[in-house]
Amino acid sequence: MYNFEMTRPSTIADAAKALKEEDAQALGGGQTLIPTLKQRLAIPSTLVSLTGIGEMNGVCMSDANEVCVGGATSHAVVAREASAYPGLAGLASHIGDPAVRNRGTVGGSLANNDPSACYPAAALASGASIITNTREIAADDYFQGMFTTALEDGEIITEVRFPVPEKSHYEKFVQPASRFALVGVMVAKYADGVRVAVTGASEEGVFRWTEAEAALSANFSADALPDLSISGDDMISDLHGSGEYRAHLVKVMTGRAVASAA
Amino acid sequence: MPKDNTTTEGGIGAATVRREDIRFLTGEGNYTDDIRLQGECHAIFVRSDVANGVIKSIDTSTAEGMPGVLAVFTGEDFVEVGGNPAGWLINSRDGEPMKEPKRPVLAHGKVRHVGDAYAAVVAETREQALDAAGAIEADIEELPAVINMASAVAGGGLVHDEIDTNVCFDWGWIEDNRAATDAAIKAAPHVTTLELVNNRLVPNAMETRASMGDYNAGTGEYTLYTTSQNPHMSRLLICAFVLGIPENKLRVIAPDVGGGFGSKIYHYGEEALVLAASKKLKRPVRWTSTRSEAFLSDAHGRDHVTKIELACEKDGTFIAFRTETMANVGAYLSNFSTATPTFLHGTLMAGNYTVPNVYVNVKAVFTNTVPVDAYRGAGRPEATYSIERVIDMAARELGMDPIELRRKNFVKPDQYPFASAAGLEYDSGNYDLQMDKLEAMIDRPGFAARRAESEKNGKLRGLGLNAYIEACGIAPSNLVGVLGARVGLYDAATVRVNATGSLAVMVGAHSHGQGHETAFPQVVAEMLGIDPQSIDIVHGDTAKIPFGMGTYGSRSLAVCGSAVVRATEKIIAKAKKIAAHMLEAAEADIEFEAGNFSVAGTDKSVSFGEVAFKAYIPHNFPIEDIEPGLEETAFYDPANFTYPSGAYACEVELDPETGKVTIERFAAADDFGNIINPMIVTGQVHGGIGQGIGQALIEQTAYDDDGQLLSASYMDYAMPRAEDVPFYQVNHDDGTPCAHNPLGVKGCGEAGAIGSPASVVNAVIDAMQSGGKNVTHMDMPLTPSRVWEAMNAKGV
Ligand SMILES: Cc1cc2nc3c(=O)[nH]c(=O)nc-3n(C[C@H](O)[C@H](O)[C@H](O)COP(=O)(O)OP(=O)(O)OC[C@H]3O[C@@H](n4cnc5c(N)ncnc54)[C@H](O)[C@@H]3O)c2cc1C
Repeated sequence: MYNFEMTRPSTIADAAKALKEEDAQALGGGQTLIPTLKQRLAIPSTLVSLTGIGEMNGVCMSDANEVCVGGATSHAVVAREASAYPGLAGLASHIGDPAVRNRGTVGGSLANNDPSACYPAAALASGASIITNTREIAADDYFQGMFTTALEDGEIITEVRFPVPEKSHYEKFVQPASRFALVGVMVAKYADGVRVAVTGASEEGVFRWTEAEAALSANFSADALPDLSISGDDMISDLHGSGEYRAHLVKVMTGRAVASAA
Repeated sequence: MPKDNTTTEGGIGAATVRREDIRFLTGEGNYTDDIRLQGECHAIFVRSDVANGVIKSIDTSTAEGMPGVLAVFTGEDFVEVGGNPAGWLINSRDGEPMKEPKRPVLAHGKVRHVGDAYAAVVAETREQALDAAGAIEADIEELPAVINMASAVAGGGLVHDEIDTNVCFDWGWIEDNRAATDAAIKAAPHVTTLELVNNRLVPNAMETRASMGDYNAGTGEYTLYTTSQNPHMSRLLICAFVLGIPENKLRVIAPDVGGGFGSKIYHYGEEALVLAASKKLKRPVRWTSTRSEAFLSDAHGRDHVTKIELACEKDGTFIAFRTETMANVGAYLSNFSTATPTFLHGTLMAGNYTVPNVYVNVKAVFTNTVPVDAYRGAGRPEATYSIERVIDMAARELGMDPIELRRKNFVKPDQYPFASAAGLEYDSGNYDLQMDKLEAMIDRPGFAARRAESEKNGKLRGLGLNAYIEACGIAPSNLVGVLGARVGLYDAATVRVNATGSLAVMVGAHSHGQGHETAFPQVVAEMLGIDPQSIDIVHGDTAKIPFGMGTYGSRSLAVCGSAVVRATEKIIAKAKKIAAHMLEAAEADIEFEAGNFSVAGTDKSVSFGEVAFKAYIPHNFPIEDIEPGLEETAFYDPANFTYPSGAYACEVELDPETGKVTIERFAAADDFGNIINPMIVTGQVHGGIGQGIGQALIEQTAYDDDGQLLSASYMDYAMPRAEDVPFYQVNHDDGTPCAHNPLGVKGCGEAGAIGSPASVVNAVIDAMQSGGKNVTHMDMPLTPSRVWEAMNAKGV
């Protein structure tokens, strides 16, 4: 680790200001950033800790039936308090281990956009709104490939609004070592159709499986899936599975998510 | 006056709670990295990021001028000193001795694996050392890496230019049996052939390696604090082979050590570096490995590629086992690396069976990978896995029940001592009894119903089992000397009775998770009839303990424990003399029982504590006949290996859609001979099985063709977790005592890791077959993707 300064603002405005400094970087739960610093793979001048900002913490409901999660809210709090959206709470409850869940934040996870992370699947499958200190970004515009997002330098995710579906479920098949998603599929059924988001599988990061969405919108049942096919060509191929295996799992996990949706 | 501590509660056989755990679990342990010395500074190693390369130049000038930097070392600084030697000489079939390229403190001329250290920086702080390490400019010309063993043997690039081959040795065991075995296989009515890989493992002790050198310019003495399983052997290697320090000038302290599993048996270059640096700087120099460094520099385990053939009669009677193995030794010979695939593997290739013909050929192969050495089980897991997999396959081919096939060929209880066809003499055992115990645990009759239930849920279910035997209690020096060992493998203990009746027992064995501090006092307490709480074990400091050979090979109790018994017997013999004097009786009339010396046929007695007091306050004492004091040392060299054995069974559920295997049940029936502390034994078995399940299902050490370790962190190297293992059923009752050591004990530390992988894989194959897949073998680890690919004929 290299030396850095640390500040702990209590308002979004102060945080935004602090992040304007050269090489300043936001710190959420530190579950990704701290290991990166320990390996000396990043040299921020100042870490701006976001977890002390009251307005970025907690879970509430909006009038539009959205679960609104503060950007610095930990996975453990989401798991406990997002009961209005069981698919989301369930997803949060299976991230990492208790230590990770008590530290890691939804804002940090979405800002990082790890191709194997769970939250991106929830945000995309829900058509969530990602609220920042400057604007509101639709999930469909937000994810731009692995570790790449629509965020500008210094932009802070202050809140994420997840429209509550009628039924949903996140089915995660864990990579044996990291226990991130080897393939994770979030299925969410709304009045106007079904959304299916897949994480862990693609070289491009989280994506919507539109074919399955169409089939499931017509018939929300695992029976709607067997005839669909998805190619493994552009999927991640590594020690833990080929692209073909991942493609196969996408289908299996989608079926299981539909079967478990509540 | 001495307190009365005469009770045998907590003696031999008691499930006493481990006293050392309190300090480990409350953060009061004292590990190498916890030790702070005045003026200490920090070493950082610069490691190769290519697998094979010529060091053209190393420019250290910028680094040397950086803040806080005290010294920079390269391989050039160690050309005058010796290399880290191999502890066991193996001769090839043609009589040629094995190839022993030098293993320097720091790489010189060439780097030979990713992680090979070629420079080190010592600075005031760790951060300064890291900064300067980043400023060292090495011009290393990368060469094609030699990774795959088959191509390494076939020729191509060389790992060591000074030897003209990558084959370290080509060993035959027993060479005289080769022709007979070949002939028997040729003539046999049935031969089952299996090619398999025993996957390379990364040990991953919870505590990473750490070393601190402390040179005292005033006395010329060095102290090395280090994470070692055998401090005396490290001292011997550093003094006699590497740095040439007189042995009386080096004290090695291995304080609390957080697990080893073999990887901390060996001497490593980092230990020599911190000592040399401390001498140069006249300051303590410390280094603590990061987990990332551990993946690239701790000796790895296993890594065999094997072809095994089992020849048998149509009725299943075994005729011959023939094995051809390539054993990866990595880029350099680690201390035990040549013994592991040979005398800890080849000699076990008759298994638990009366098979008349056994022949084993092992080629040890250099590659541009991390050195490979003994890892929990060391050679015996590889032997057990090969034998018990091919037997299972033969049972399937012959249409025989796998238990019946094994029983048919087991050595029977009336056959001991039994001379195995692989050259060992098994002293005791009862394999049918272990199988009986296993069958009693696993509810085989209920399996069909459990399978049907799984199938109802779209899953497959399999049951796999195996027997195992191992040779441990390492080792009889005379025998291993003939076989090529360059050390003796006795152990030693000193029992010191203090004046007030408490005891310190100094042992050569080292405890790094095994529970010696609890188990050894149980033995002494039982013999002396005193409270085990009044007895303390001292280990891990060459200045305090007699010369012993440390802990590995399930040897501590069988070898060092025997030395403890012998020393305690001497204590009793001397105490009897003192008691006779105190009681004014003839020594022959003194009886010792339950902590009391009494005169036969009278009510006159003195307690052990009173005798101890007398020994140190020798007023009215027969100084002419008896020395004062009560302290005795014994060295113990075993007459034979010990032979723990057992039978294991595993029941798995397999999700055919994903390839995910779940262990539903696991049962272990073991024969460890007599048991000192059944709770510790159970814990050792649990831990060993956990490691075996890890190897079988998830632990995958993968190199790419360039020699980069793909699984170099926990993001990609899977360690078993609680959710990966079931509640185990274990039974180690009714053991057959070892016939040649005083406690009748055999050793239990490695059994779980030796016995478990075969039953896991046998179970998964059984599950796949039940699902109509004609998969007869697949290599470990049986990760979901690999199982799925095997089931869908993708060629794993
Ligand atoms: C052992 C382990 C297991 C894990 N398992 C899983 C898993 O199964 N599934 C999963 O999805 N994840 C997993 N994670 C990752 C975890 O969810 C982290 O919480 C997540 O990667 C990052 O969140 P964080 O709050 O810790 O962010 P940090 O590490 O603090 O920051 C990550 C990045 O996001 C930026 N950032 C942080 N907060 C904000 C914000 N509000 N606005 C803008 N930028 C921000 C930082 O500058 C940094 O670039 C695991 C992590 C660990 C250590």
